[in-house]
Amino acid sequence: MKTISRWFGRNLIRIYAAIAFTYLFIPVAYTFVFSFNDSAKSNLIWKGFTFANWQNPCGAPEVCTALGNSIKIGFLATLFSTILGTMIAFAIGRHKFKGRSSTNLLIFLPMATPEIVLGASLLSLFLVFQINPGFWPTVIAHVLFCMSFVVVTVKARIASLDPRLEQAAMDLYANERETFRRVTLPLVAPGIAAAALLAFSLSFDDFIITNFNSGTMTTFPKFVYVSAARGIPAQANVIGSAMFILALTIVILGQFVGRKRKVS
Amino acid sequence: MRKIGTPYLLLIPGMGFLLIFFLLPIFNLAQTSTQTPKDGGDTGQYEQTFRLANYADAIFENREQFGRSFLYALITTILALAIAYPLAYAIAFKGGRFKNVMLVLVIAPFFVSFLLRTIAWKQILGEEGFVVPVLRSLQIISESTTLTSSPFAVVMGMTYNFLPFMTLPLYASIDRIDPRTLEASGDLYANGFTTFRKVTLPLSMPGVVAGTLLTFIPAAGDYVNAAILGSPQTKMLGNVIESRYFRIVDYPTAAALSFTLMAAILILVTIYVRKAGTEELV
Repeated sequence: MKTISRWFGRNLIRIYAAIAFTYLFIPVAYTFVFSFNDSAKSNLIWKGFTFANWQNPCGAPEVCTALGNSIKIGFLATLFSTILGTMIAFAIGRHKFKGRSSTNLLIFLPMATPEIVLGASLLSLFLVFQINPGFWPTVIAHVLFCMSFVVVTVKARIASLDPRLEQAAMDLYANERETFRRVTLPLVAPGIAAAALLAFSLSFDDFIITNFNSGTMTTFPKFVYVSAARGIPAQANVIGSAMFILALTIVILGQFVGRKRKVS
Repeated sequence: MRKIGTPYLLLIPGMGFLLIFFLLPIFNLAQTSTQTPKDGGDTGQYEQTFRLANYADAIFENREQFGRSFLYALITTILALAIAYPLAYAIAFKGGRFKNVMLVLVIAPFFVSFLLRTIAWKQILGEEGFVVPVLRSLQIISESTTLTSSPFAVVMGMTYNFLPFMTLPLYASIDRIDPRTLEASGDLYANGFTTFRKVTLPLSMPGVVAGTLLTFIPAAGDYVNAAILGSPQTKMLGNVIESRYFRIVDYPTAAALSFTLMAAILILVTIYVRKAGTEELV
């Protein structure tokens, strides 16, 4: 008895972590299990096991169009926000200039603004200029909320760099451009990659801002939200589960490559 | 030597973007918020009359939803902190070689759309799910009690959805703590609790501030959890703004509410950051 309670005492924090992870993964497991549900339309009650949904992920109307839009928007938003955000991060992280603190404030403000306010205000701007909501307004909206997260992530990486590495490059007669290209940029690259991954997942999963600025165009989260009223087709679960597996594989492979490079 | 113009060249594209697509829309929002319906115009047509009473009307009419938004966001933030702090601590100090794997697991649920996961909670907690029958047979809840369409479900859903936003910054600052400072505290006869209160917690404060902000801000403006897991009695400010925009086309009220929400959050954040004493946020 005593050893058991001591074991609990020593592993309390581990047990706690296991419970927290269970909480995080219950709905993921549910989504995965119900992707195999043999249900025609509404995926509410377990009707039997089938692979049919996985063999035909585009079976439900609109679901793959919505997914395609989400991927396109995610890609463009990631590209633009990563470029713009990285430039700002270098300016703030590497230079002292007038207006630095107001720049910091302007970067922080979009993060301190609830999504619904960002979405609503952007929509009213588009309406004033008589731009119809749709694909490009959604891309602009996504760049807006991804950019600040990119700046913060890349800036943290720049701040953690050892300045002596760049000084060493200069001592070895590298000029400024060479130092940047061969020393600074490779060192900051993991931060930029992490920021891009974050931007893509934020964009891909966004619903609130998208709902305001996309008009009649569907995205994957919008598709899920709209079909929730009459029951979500199991294909949505297939796509959610597939994205989860894909992302996990990419991250684990990335870890593996990163570790290998560190060793060699 | 570095040229003086370089930082400005780097800033122009991004800052220009923020100026046009963030500051201009906010300014425009402020303008819309004081408009009134056009005489003889169709629904959805408004003209500028600088009617500041729009704010008083909008806030008074929706005072319940206002209070609820901030109350739910506060409870969500406290719950998320209570769950995420030990989790982040466990990953940072007990993770060992599984540290990176555990960190990936915190972010991994992101990749299954948060809407799918929220709807999964609705099913799990619903009448057909497995939680309600178990709780009923254990007589923890009565036959007539339901778990969905309740404040409990909304707060639980928000806590769930914002948990990674709390865990990651906490992890980042706890991981930076030198374990030797904790040993030193023990050597100076501090017990576990005192060490936590006097050493671990103060050193992890930047993470606590960042995590609570990243949870509280989106929670206060959220309407998706309330729409999926709640009932008309759990409507939050976000639900009102959304329906004013899309269903009632009452842009001035929606704008006034949005602007008030933003201002209230900014004021709270400023006070909080001052009190918590972290100088650089971003």
